[in-house]
Amino acid sequence: MSEITSALIICFSAIFTGNILLTLFLGMCPFIAISREIKTAFGMGLAVIFVLTSTCIIDFLVYRYLLVPYDLEMLRFIVFIIVIAAFVQFVEMVLDRYSPTLYQALGIFLPLITVNCAILGASLFMVVRDYTLIQTVGWGFGAGLGWMLAIVSMAGLRSRLNAARVPKALQGPGITLIIAGIMALAFVGFTGVLAGR
Amino acid sequence: MDMAAIAVSILIVGGLGAALALLLVVAERYILNYGEVTVDVNAGERELKLNGGTSLLEALTSQKIFIPSACGGRGTCAYCKVKVLDGAGPLTPTEGPYLSPEELKEGVRLSCQVKVRTDIRVEIPRDLLAVQEYQATVERVRELTYDIKEYRFRLDDPPDMDYIPGQYVQLFTPRYKGNKEEVYRAYSISSDSQEKGVIELIVRLVPGGICTTYYFEHVNEGDRIRLNGPYGEFHLTDNDRPIIFIAGGSGMAPIKCMLHHMVNTQNARPAIYFFGANTTRDLFMLDDMKAFEAKLPNFRFVPVIARPDESPGWEGETGLVTQAVERHVTNAGEAEAYLCGSPGMIDASIKVLEGLGLTADRIFYDKFA
Repeated sequence: MSEITSALIICFSAIFTGNILLTLFLGMCPFIAISREIKTAFGMGLAVIFVLTSTCIIDFLVYRYLLVPYDLEMLRFIVFIIVIAAFVQFVEMVLDRYSPTLYQALGIFLPLITVNCAILGASLFMVVRDYTLIQTVGWGFGAGLGWMLAIVSMAGLRSRLNAARVPKALQGPGITLIIAGIMALAFVGFTGVLAGR
Repeated sequence: MDMAAIAVSILIVGGLGAALALLLVVAERYILNYGEVTVDVNAGERELKLNGGTSLLEALTSQKIFIPSACGGRGTCAYCKVKVLDGAGPLTPTEGPYLSPEELKEGVRLSCQVKVRTDIRVEIPRDLLAVQEYQATVERVRELTYDIKEYRFRLDDPPDMDYIPGQYVQLFTPRYKGNKEEVYRAYSISSDSQEKGVIELIVRLVPGGICTTYYFEHVNEGDRIRLNGPYGEFHLTDNDRPIIFIAGGSGMAPIKCMLHHMVNTQNARPAIYFFGANTTRDLFMLDDMKAFEAKLPNFRFVPVIARPDESPGWEGETGLVTQAVERHVTNAGEAEAYLCGSPGMIDASIKVLEGLGLTADRIFYDKFA
């Protein structure tokens, strides 16, 4: 199996069978907080795709060429966090300066995901699963896309929920968590699609 | 783990952190450096050169153009609306809920949410351009009634205010014992606009009011205060129609200012001034009004007492101020009315005046909120 094919499979499995949100339960906080409207959920999703893919790649390079040679793998948590935070800050500045429209669409979400566990989690999985650079690209992009898929579907469900009579105690985050659980169950159905991963 | 390994790990993490910090600092210096931009106000009336990157509100304030704002730039009060002709960038999600479809069409924006990135052209109402912040000294405090005082301020910096009679200023109230917030409250100017470097305000004590309590209990002659202004659209029109003034309490202030102006400009318009008070204890400035009657041949002052039984010796008009208006005004069809006072009094007066045949477009008022 060529590296490209395996990267595609990793990407596909990150979207469906191993969805970072619904099977690994990472990035729940914005998932619940920002899933009220499809439009904002979509913007948040785009921001996550972009940040996840790029930070995975950068973290891969930092890990492979800085931490491994000096035997400093145990420092990966702190190093990844620093790199992610600095990168998001940097991207925010660049967008602010050169693309006000994109900044308007993504800018307000960027600070929110700086410290999102899905971002750090993705980088750590990349290490644990021993991906190559190309596989990392597939993994980062797939994980982001899977996250977006989950939050956009949640926003769609929640917009329908406006018409439903939810028991008072379950309104808001309560019903959202229950729906997330049911969605996760549905995603378990994908498990058989790909053996392994 | 030996010392060398520890040193290397510290070096690597420290170096990485430093490199990233440096990257951000450099990026901020070069990427977020918008250079000098020009803010054009009212098609060339004012041209501000400043460094981009701040909000439009901050940019204008830094150049001493005061746009009203109450929320500190968080985009929640919607007072800082400014018409931006171009250069504003896309509408932010924060602004949407505060702008009507007409405002959106005209390019109205919340200036605290608009970032100045490029040259920008804005339109600001004339009167806001004249607004300045003043340092002043309390020159005299005069008790007018048991709950109304007149404050006379000497303007220190800037030394003079150019205002239209009928306009108001905002008095600054700092934090003091029992008050945790800094506030501004609006008071109409009551003095003669020809008197340079001085303004007078008439302040009525509002029980529990932050600003009035401060002034009544903590401000004395010789104290330094801050105010900004002038604001407001309440002023005499330029025509020969007879005038009906109606006021109560500290609503006296803008009317008195207008009367000074009429004297200064030898305005001969027929004018009648109904002043409503509960009892004779609430009447004040009767001598000033007599003086105006002497100087303005066609001016008459009509104080109206609502509770004559508590006002021994009163021989003038009695009842509600609106009843006196109904008794005296015969020329409402051609007159103009200027009202200043409580919302209740103003609403009642408008009703009566319209009943007498005055059209709404000739009734001007300054409502105490």
